[in-house]
Amino acid sequence: MALSKTLTVNGQEVEISTEDSEMPLLYALRDNLGLHGPRFGCGLGQCGACTVHIDGKAVRSCVTPLSALKPGNRVLTLEGLGSPQNPHPLQKAFIDEQAAQCGYCINGMIMEAAAFLDANKGRKPSSAEIKQVLANNLCRCGTHARIVRAIQRV
Amino acid sequence: MTDTLIPSRREVLKAGSLIVAFTLTGGGATASAQQQDTIVPGAPAKPVTLSEVDSFLTIDANGSVTVYSGKVDLGTGVLTALTQIVAEELDVSISSVHIVQGDTLTTPDQGPTFGSVSIQIGGMQIRNAAALARAALLEAAANALNARPEELRIENGVIMSPTGQITFAQLIGGKTFNLKVDHTKPPPWKDAKAYKYVGTSVARLDIPDKVTGRFTYMHDLRVPDMLHGRVIRPPSIGARLETVDEASISAVPEVVKVVREGNFLGVVARSEWSAIRAARDLKATWSEWAGLPEQAKLFEYVRASKVVKDEVTGNIGNTSEAMAKDGIKRLAATYDFAIHTHGSIGPSCAIAEFKDGRLTSWSASQMTHSLRKQLAKMLALPVENVRCIYVEGSGCYGRNGHEDAAADAAIMSKAVSKPVRVQWSRADEHGWDPKGPPTLIDMRAALEGANVVAWESEFFIPQQTPNMFLVPLAAATLSGLPVDDTIAPGNIFQNSNIPYKFANVKAVCHRLETTPLRPSWIRTPGRMQNTYANECFMDELAAAAGEDPIAFRRKVLDPADKRGLEVLDRVAQSAKWESRPSPISGANGDVLTGRGVSYCKYELVRTYIAVVAEVEVTKSTGGIRVTKFYVAHDCGQIINPDGLRNQLEGNVIQTVSRTLIEEVKFSRSAVTSLDWASYPILTFPQVPEIVIDLIDRPAEKPWGAGEPSAAVVPSAISNAVFDATGVRLRSVPYTPDKVKAALRGAA
Repeated sequence: MALSKTLTVNGQEVEISTEDSEMPLLYALRDNLGLHGPRFGCGLGQCGACTVHIDGKAVRSCVTPLSALKPGNRVLTLEGLGSPQNPHPLQKAFIDEQAAQCGYCINGMIMEAAAFLDANKGRKPSSAEIKQVLANNLCRCGTHARIVRAIQRV
Repeated sequence: MTDTLIPSRREVLKAGSLIVAFTLTGGGATASAQQQDTIVPGAPAKPVTLSEVDSFLTIDANGSVTVYSGKVDLGTGVLTALTQIVAEELDVSISSVHIVQGDTLTTPDQGPTFGSVSIQIGGMQIRNAAALARAALLEAAANALNARPEELRIENGVIMSPTGQITFAQLIGGKTFNLKVDHTKPPPWKDAKAYKYVGTSVARLDIPDKVTGRFTYMHDLRVPDMLHGRVIRPPSIGARLETVDEASISAVPEVVKVVREGNFLGVVARSEWSAIRAARDLKATWSEWAGLPEQAKLFEYVRASKVVKDEVTGNIGNTSEAMAKDGIKRLAATYDFAIHTHGSIGPSCAIAEFKDGRLTSWSASQMTHSLRKQLAKMLALPVENVRCIYVEGSGCYGRNGHEDAAADAAIMSKAVSKPVRVQWSRADEHGWDPKGPPTLIDMRAALEGANVVAWESEFFIPQQTPNMFLVPLAAATLSGLPVDDTIAPGNIFQNSNIPYKFANVKAVCHRLETTPLRPSWIRTPGRMQNTYANECFMDELAAAAGEDPIAFRRKVLDPADKRGLEVLDRVAQSAKWESRPSPISGANGDVLTGRGVSYCKYELVRTYIAVVAEVEVTKSTGGIRVTKFYVAHDCGQIINPDGLRNQLEGNVIQTVSRTLIEEVKFSRSAVTSLDWASYPILTFPQVPEIVIDLIDRPAEKPWGAGEPSAAVVPSAISNAVFDATGVRLRSVPYTPDKVKAALRGAA
């Protein structure tokens, strides 16, 4: 029997209808809401492509069951961070640095870095620090150097 | 905060058409949607042969240029580069050019997007068409404006004479050129001195949408009435499916059908999550199969494999006689290179719609025209009843699982008479994409003083079935449906011969009947493995001769091949190369540092690359850290310098990963490295600094840049480790265990 779950996604309250409360948040965002930011990469929490923010913290939506979300949790996706017309400073930095090849991993890079920068306002992280923050985010095209430079631009 | 939460989905629902989904990919793909909208499936309104200008481009009544490219953007930025080429040749703005990629109904078959030829061949075919279109437009304008052709100039699609002007749209808008193009006799191209876009770093057209979640990847595409499919692959590669217990998933909601065809097993459900649960929970029994060799003895297996053909790729003088001479120093070494997986971050995904005996397939295939033939064969359909449409996926570095997912979707769509989207799991991708085959290489040479007097190499590599670059579709093989029984690792003989001038050379490729896992091409196929052995062995010879490795190469390069000499000189300069033999003397301590060089002339006929790697080797742990990579690169005319840099950085980083870390693990039955923990790749803290020196030659033809720089990475690292430690590494990947064993062996 279908269950209904209320989520707050990108500032809007939405109803998610699902047959299984253990369905990972990723599928609610992609399939129920049609969002393209969070991406399926491994379903194991290993690659980071599915990263979203819950109450400002970067989490892996592919291993976060809907049942773990509490009323009032605020979910933010890459779409909610900014748009092509009005990009978040980090998104603008990725454009300026041309920090993407296929771009499939970039959602995770930006969401992970945005949460880190928010939690460390007022200081410029070193490149070594940024590399540690992204140590569990995988990129196969080899865009790493540009990603680090983009984050340092903000 | 965005004002629209789910803009894409609303658009799709509002329009009620899958076609509109393409408009969501942003500027570059809008035209493709419009175009597809106007074409009735199965009734092409335009030619697709390589010999017609109209096959490649149209100009509509608004002056908008649509380019039909058989080559597709696999995440390398080629779409932007092709846009630059067309905008340049036609003298129109970048924003007025839109590209339709890889749609078998509308785009010419320009061959698979592989082999670093998208610009070199595909782009030049498109440039030829654009140049002819421009000439025709100028001629028509001269008539219309009553002017002499040499009085005319073009600006943004407007042709101006001293007394008047006329637009492309007025001249041709909506009409056809009806012009032949002969790519063997290219028309004159625009003079490079007048270039406005080519040679400049035009920003990638796709990046703004990609970094804001607006881009529609294959994985995001949805079509009306679509169901979700998942595959259940056998636990052993050659296992037979014995029983399926459908009751085992009775508790999973929304299941539409269990699809069973021979040894092909899949589930179709109304939601993706239910399909995942059903695939996870479905109980099936399979026969035992253990036909793979023992991994620990892989290269013994390769050496013992049946040779079906010897290909001699280099044969100068008489190496046997030269090797038998007295007073020479003989060297021999054996190299091996592990099996690699593509490892795209997004597992393969495809949608198929089988309806009324026709199949429409959406996938991120690098070769939709070939896939079309394979799908038609599998389902016993006339080729014209199959349409394959490219939608960009996760980065693609060769023939990975996209085509297989397309075949999975086709079988399941046919079984349920509805469109089915198949998304592979991570384990499906790691376990079942075709692999870069294992490579074994024997090298021998003779030195007389500091000169190489004989060079012999033997490469043990799988055969390539003649004329067939078709990797068998996994679903066709499993199901027992018609399939091309081919072995297709690609042109992996390339770069087995050497660019150096020795008096006696013999290079032989032993083409093996089989290889353990289904092979295909992965970035720089064969050229990487072959260059690895050749350039490592050159370094061994330089060390044996007591000479500096760059000087040793320079003296045996053809002096007329100035571009080769220049990349070596340029990389020496940027790396501040100190001329001396390897290894470095007097090193001690736990962390040793060294530098190594490598050189390649891609396929011995095009792009030149020289690199220098700097490494740190920690003796106690066996760990190698590549700290810096210097690249000198000459691919002729550069279309987009920043795009090229992006590609070269990617090649270096991906290949450092392959060299240091990567190896597909398998049991006697199946691949066992099924996730990122068991098949790790390079992470941020391990990434080297990369210094790139681009040599631009605007007056020359553009050559490929997708693969060549990857060819030299493993050998440069190996040579740098030797420089640091005095120990040779001859088995990729250079894991800490192997490094420690090599260091112990030398002690």
